[in-house]
Amino acid sequence: MSWLIKSSIGRKFVQSISGLFLILFLLFHMSMNLVLIFNYETYNFLANEILGANWWAIIGTGVIALGFVVHVIYAIILTLQNRKARGSNSYASSSQTKTPWSSQNMFVLGLFILLFLFLHLYQMWYQMQFKELFMIEGARHDGAQLVEEVFSHLWVVIVYVIAFIALWFHLTHGFWSALHTVGWNNTVWMKRIKVLGNIISTVISLGFILVAIAIYLGYSNLLG
Amino acid sequence: MDKDINIKVKVWRQNGPKEKGHFETYPLENISQGSSFLEMLDILNEKLINEGKETVVFDHDCREGICGMCSLYINGHPHGPDEGVTTCQLHMRRFNDGDTITVEPWRSAGFPIIKDLMVDRSAFDKIIQAGGYISVNTGSAIDANAIPIPRDDAEMAMDAAACIGCGACVAACKNGSAMLFVSAKVSQFALLPQGRVEATQRAKSMVAKMDELGFGNCTNTGACEVECPKNISITNIARLNREFLKAKFRD
Repeated sequence: MSWLIKSSIGRKFVQSISGLFLILFLLFHMSMNLVLIFNYETYNFLANEILGANWWAIIGTGVIALGFVVHVIYAIILTLQNRKARGSNSYASSSQTKTPWSSQNMFVLGLFILLFLFLHLYQMWYQMQFKELFMIEGARHDGAQLVEEVFSHLWVVIVYVIAFIALWFHLTHGFWSALHTVGWNNTVWMKRIKVLGNIISTVISLGFILVAIAIYLGYSNLLG
Repeated sequence: MDKDINIKVKVWRQNGPKEKGHFETYPLENISQGSSFLEMLDILNEKLINEGKETVVFDHDCREGICGMCSLYINGHPHGPDEGVTTCQLHMRRFNDGDTITVEPWRSAGFPIIKDLMVDRSAFDKIIQAGGYISVNTGSAIDANAIPIPRDDAEMAMDAAACIGCGACVAACKNGSAMLFVSAKVSQFALLPQGRVEATQRAKSMVAKMDELGFGNCTNTGACEVECPKNISITNIARLNREFLKAKFRD
């Protein structure tokens, strides 16, 4: 299995699989957020009973965290190696080759999303699962109300929206590129998986953004 | 109509692999737009010889777009602004009177500069030596229809085989990756029954050699495909990934 570290395609394979796994997580997270628009009680039930500090939720959190860590570490390794492979001499006539902007800036976009993630984990996850788990005082069981409090600040909503726009760019390249790297592509499927990638990134980003804005404007807990 | 134009050529001059390079700008007058880019450089060199100066070193051979020797990074593009042509097929009619044309060598850690605009691309030969062939004694040529091959496969293999190994893919890549070249050279065999026999070993050996020589990790930006003078498709890269992963999972 050392080829997953030693070989370029092996490293890219790990990066692709971890990325695709994180997309699945985002889809789940986005779906659960949509519940906030309809009913806070259901959301709190899901957050406390289905997830919360249960053993399966803790294992799940661990696996997702591992996915993030692997994705970030491999991104750093790949980027450093690529900078070295490119060499220190840069072109004076800067590259005029037309390529998608996102494909050239995956690392920067990822870094921005990671910074946002730290803020997000502190504002949400730390207050709920983490505090409950380590018996720190003030653990919140009213997740929905916590989300409402956090999103009542305009700056949080703005940072949130910007982060998910960055994520949109990251995923429009990331999704098809991941499938390409695991070998699932040819001249016929190229267009299809690119379109599919655009749809998935739009659904994910739009889903998250809509919930945040809806809560800020007071259009949440509609069936509550 | 082709005119005669006056231009300035900004050329990278570097005495040797370890020396520090710099740009030198040379004015050229009355260059026919009908002349090729390399003919323009020939005129420049002739002028330099007449002035008793050292000529600009650049790679070239067949001058008809099939040998893969010419390798210049012109105004931000490998092989210049035209699509699907090599430097030698580029003509001066793509440039206007008064233009300053920047000419640089391929810049990548995998292709160290030898002198001026000439780089060492023997890394590609080493990758080919690692597995870019089929080892059968062919004997006398058999009938072409002895082994039936689907038309699409034959076409795709031929498209991949069109790669001339010029290195524009590496030069265009922000990651200095040689994946387009290696994928074309793996695909041209992987698609054909004669190449299937050694397909597993070939994919592993060529990728291992590519990594060993310090080429970067492909991130699918697609810059290689845009600049490739032979329009090699990046779907070949997906095929290489597939071949390589299949080989590894079989181990």
